[in-house]
Amino acid sequence: MKTRNLEILVGAFVVLAILAMVLLSLKMSNLASYGDEGDVYEVTAQFENIGGLKVRSPVSAGGVRVGKVANISYNNQAFTAQVTLQLEDKYQFPLDTSASILTAGLLGEQYVGLVPGADEENLQQGDEIELTQSALVLEQVIGQFLYSKAQEE
Amino acid sequence: MLDWLQGIGHRVFSSISRMGRATLFLWQCLLALTYIPQKPMLLVRQLYSVGVQTLLIILVAGTFVGMVLALQAYIVLVDFGAEESISLMVSLSILRELGPVFTGLLFAGRAGSALTAEIGLMKSTEQLSGMEMMAVNPMKYVIAPRFLAGLISVPLLTAIFMAIAILGGFFVATEMLGQYEGVFWSQMQAKVDFYDDLINGMIKSLVFGFVVVWIAVFEGYDCVPTSEGLGQATTRTVVHGSLAVLGLDFILTALMFNV
Repeated sequence: MKTRNLEILVGAFVVLAILAMVLLSLKMSNLASYGDEGDVYEVTAQFENIGGLKVRSPVSAGGVRVGKVANISYNNQAFTAQVTLQLEDKYQFPLDTSASILTAGLLGEQYVGLVPGADEENLQQGDEIELTQSALVLEQVIGQFLYSKAQEE
Repeated sequence: MLDWLQGIGHRVFSSISRMGRATLFLWQCLLALTYIPQKPMLLVRQLYSVGVQTLLIILVAGTFVGMVLALQAYIVLVDFGAEESISLMVSLSILRELGPVFTGLLFAGRAGSALTAEIGLMKSTEQLSGMEMMAVNPMKYVIAPRFLAGLISVPLLTAIFMAIAILGGFFVATEMLGQYEGVFWSQMQAKVDFYDDLINGMIKSLVFGFVVVWIAVFEGYDCVPTSEGLGQATTRTVVHGSLAVLGLDFILTALMFNV
């Protein structure tokens, strides 16, 4: 085969592969969302039980995604789970905002839902959300239900 | 009885010496790679026969793998009312496992066997010794370009396989199963992680490409220079190459595994 044709075919192969790579990274994975998290601030919240919450789980307010879970650790002084939430700078919340761990659908993934309060001041970097509500653990709910049923009789 | 024991010992020693020869061969081959920048056309020619000619089988296989996965995922997920997760199941299985593994296996079968047969025939017809007579190092001129071409081609082919398989799944999910396009893409973008899923898959493909092309080129170079020996070497390339891909896949997955 002529050298020129060979070069064209190999070049086309490489270009195709690069296109595939671009398609994979931008359209088929979350690379696009890595860039636009530029301005963020972090707040912490203590939960008694976080259920199945994971790092990178979404944080939403009123159904709109406003940030993500940045870190989860166990607080050895208070004996609670400490969750660091990374919120986008363009969304501001009052100081007495409450955070609860909710489930999308009956068996879906868990996320942190924020309900804004009425305070005049807003949450800043490093603040803590005081009002929290733990995850609903299905086994506990069923246990409580059976217990209360047994008491009635 | 003694013959039998002797036979076992012979087999053990010959396979250990093969491993030794393969390692020395790899070292010589890596040293010879420095010659390629002086003669880039050697590499381009091999990229054509190793990469471009494998492209068609990768495209066809990828499309069908993606389409089948989407259908199978639908059957399982529809029971849980989670059929919007088809795209997630398709893309995660393709990116993490099937893309690199399928490409490795297909590459061993299509390009690896051809490499072994080509180099083996050069050896049986004494072209390699002829080159040495003319003070041309066959390592530099024959082996190194083929090795590098395989090393470059496999990750590129894997990327193409992944993309076309997900597009195949997209076609089935939207056209046959009536899913909305936006649901398909948004589920995928929300859950597929660039580093954990895509980059790990590409690392796998690099390792598979290295191992398969090493086996293929070595088997050709080391074959018994008869028509029978050539046939056996080609078979060994496909068998050992495929087994190496599957075995390494487990090790790599275990290394990268984190919940």
